[in-house]
Amino acid sequence: MRHIISILLENEAGALSRVAGLFSARGYNIESLTVAPTEDFSMSRMTIVTSGSDDIIEQITKQLNKLIDVIKVIDLSEGEHIERELMLVKVRETGRDRAEMKRVTDIFHGRIIDVTDKDYTIELTGTGAKLDAFLSAIDHSMILETVRTGASGVGRGDRILRI
Amino acid sequence: MELSGAEIVVRCLQEEGVEHVFGYPGGAVLYLYDELFKQDKVKHILVRHEQGAVHAADGYARSTDKVGVALVTSGPGVTNAVTGITTAYMDSIPLVVIAGQVPTYAIGEDAFQECDTVGITRPCVKHNFLVKDVKDIALTIKKAFYIAATGRPGPVVVDIPKDITAPTQKAEFKYPQSITMRSYNPVVKGDSGQIKKAAQILLAARRPMVYAGGGVIQGRAASELTEFVRSLGFPCTNTLMGLGGYPATDQQFVGMLGMHGTYEANMAMQHCDVLLAVGARFDDRVIGNPKHFFQEPRTIIHIDIDPSSIAKRVKADVPIVGDVREVLGDLIQQLKATKEKPDPIALNQWWAQIEQWRGRDCLKYDRTSKLIKPQHVVEALYEVTKGDAFVTSDVGQHQMWAAQYYKFDKPRRWINSGGLGTMGFGLPAAMGVRLANPTADVACITGEGSIQMCIQELSTCKQYHFPIKIVNLNNRYLGMVRQWQQIDYSSRYSESYMDALPDFIRLAEAYGHVGMRIEKPADVEPALQEAFKLKDRLVFMDFITDQTENVWPMVKAGKGLSEMLLGSEDL
Repeated sequence: MRHIISILLENEAGALSRVAGLFSARGYNIESLTVAPTEDFSMSRMTIVTSGSDDIIEQITKQLNKLIDVIKVIDLSEGEHIERELMLVKVRETGRDRAEMKRVTDIFHGRIIDVTDKDYTIELTGTGAKLDAFLSAIDHSMILETVRTGASGVGRGDRILRI
Repeated sequence: MELSGAEIVVRCLQEEGVEHVFGYPGGAVLYLYDELFKQDKVKHILVRHEQGAVHAADGYARSTDKVGVALVTSGPGVTNAVTGITTAYMDSIPLVVIAGQVPTYAIGEDAFQECDTVGITRPCVKHNFLVKDVKDIALTIKKAFYIAATGRPGPVVVDIPKDITAPTQKAEFKYPQSITMRSYNPVVKGDSGQIKKAAQILLAARRPMVYAGGGVIQGRAASELTEFVRSLGFPCTNTLMGLGGYPATDQQFVGMLGMHGTYEANMAMQHCDVLLAVGARFDDRVIGNPKHFFQEPRTIIHIDIDPSSIAKRVKADVPIVGDVREVLGDLIQQLKATKEKPDPIALNQWWAQIEQWRGRDCLKYDRTSKLIKPQHVVEALYEVTKGDAFVTSDVGQHQMWAAQYYKFDKPRRWINSGGLGTMGFGLPAAMGVRLANPTADVACITGEGSIQMCIQELSTCKQYHFPIKIVNLNNRYLGMVRQWQQIDYSSRYSESYMDALPDFIRLAEAYGHVGMRIEKPADVEPALQEAFKLKDRLVFMDFITDQTENVWPMVKAGKGLSEMLLGSEDL
């Protein structure tokens, strides 16, 4: 099953490779991983999307907690949570399909953020599933590039990950 | 006063009470060696290979309750140390390994003797640091010792570039007295509700079993374990890493369990109704095939300081995360507070069953053979040393025979590489043990394969007068490999025969030691007696043993605990 794991960790050199190394050493999956400093620059917040049985997810959270640089770990998907991913898609500009592309972008609440004479770039945020749906709704032959950030997540209401 | 980085490192070691450092100098650590030279509180032991330095520091740590310290240079110094570091990591041994690094300005330029120490050691340390500022050295070393020794112990590497140890950069020295880290707070106390629940389950058990591992040794909990097991009258087994955690000569001890465990220990593991696991991790060499293990229902209580050791291979019904000594202490209090006792009739029946299993005498071997049986040598060593020696071992058949036939009554007497299974561990580890225990008898049980993996340390033993007694069980085969080839590969002995062995007697003599060759069973005991009389000499005893002897019982890889082979007749 798909899980979203949120980690608060020391913003130290090498902290990312400790987490990434743990996943590869123990054979866990990483679907996506995002990391950036929080409002307190001494800490980073990481979101990992992974999959596995309940036993494996339990081991993943325990092993993450064992890393000295890791301050806190929660499995967001254990409770209510919000998840967002940003995608930039650069598509070929062709006269006839141009209006259709604009329409699909509007339906998905995306925005066209850059236009040149040959292509334009669409920005879309949402859950991973929504971004997948957008990609399958447009003609693949028009896509020049797809850039996705991977999911970031936050728990709803009182589910707060902080020290 | 402002000090250089090298001065700070040495002062930190002094502040930590470090008396001995095992190491090998090189370009990147010359400033550190220069500072070591100027003082005499921290004594340095010059090994002959960095692997030996780390194993020696490891043996030092295992036989005491101290953090072992090694010092190596950059590049090959570090890569040579990696086997030692991983060995310590797998067995949760507290070490601080200080490594030199090329100067900060050269890092990343493929400089001479440069390697990515932090990257290479990341998967085999509890934690590691690259210090980039002389001002950070003291705090980093404080953290290193703290992390190594607390929680589930382990090795910590501190990588220090050469330029920040040079006298051109200085910093105010103040060694922190204590330390707290927001990201590292090991649990000590177990949950009282869980402990209460565990006590009730144990009291209601009809076929109880206590299974204790290396956590009892590292967690200083041997006396608590012994008190606990005796107060309940339960059977107790130790893992390879836990030997000495419960006295082996006690009637309630059913021997080691696992792949080469006793029949009674494995059968009791399989058929108990309540299993208390203490500081152990149900690894593949201990319970064999987990599916087979689960064919029998039982309630499992699992105490461990490391939550990730619980429910990794085997689900626990009552997990208790905490320091094993604390938790056992609380459990003992719980049991004292209640008037209840386990059902004596059920317990007697269970013991009757266990005694029946014990009656199989699974460790019997041919005592009339004209060839030296390796088991006989270990038994004789036990007699000659009155069971009170520190025994290190290498890896293979001799290691299993040592574990089976030397009855350890005390913790920290049995020093072996259990998790990683590192051949070459025994001799350097024995150096560390002897240095830490300067009046004790120290024996290294080894084989002609393993001993050659770190044989160069015979030279270190000469320089520092380590009178280790090497018991070489020489069967001219890589015995454990040969045993598996016999059983699983139709006796195709691919590359397991050791041809062109050195003359170990002359080799020992060349290093300045005493060598003995023993070829007849009747000479085994007298040779050992004579060797241990030579109090101040290292004696290399080359026992020419039966080439065909195998380690029994055996649970083959992938099999279940009750599917033991008890001898060649079961093949």
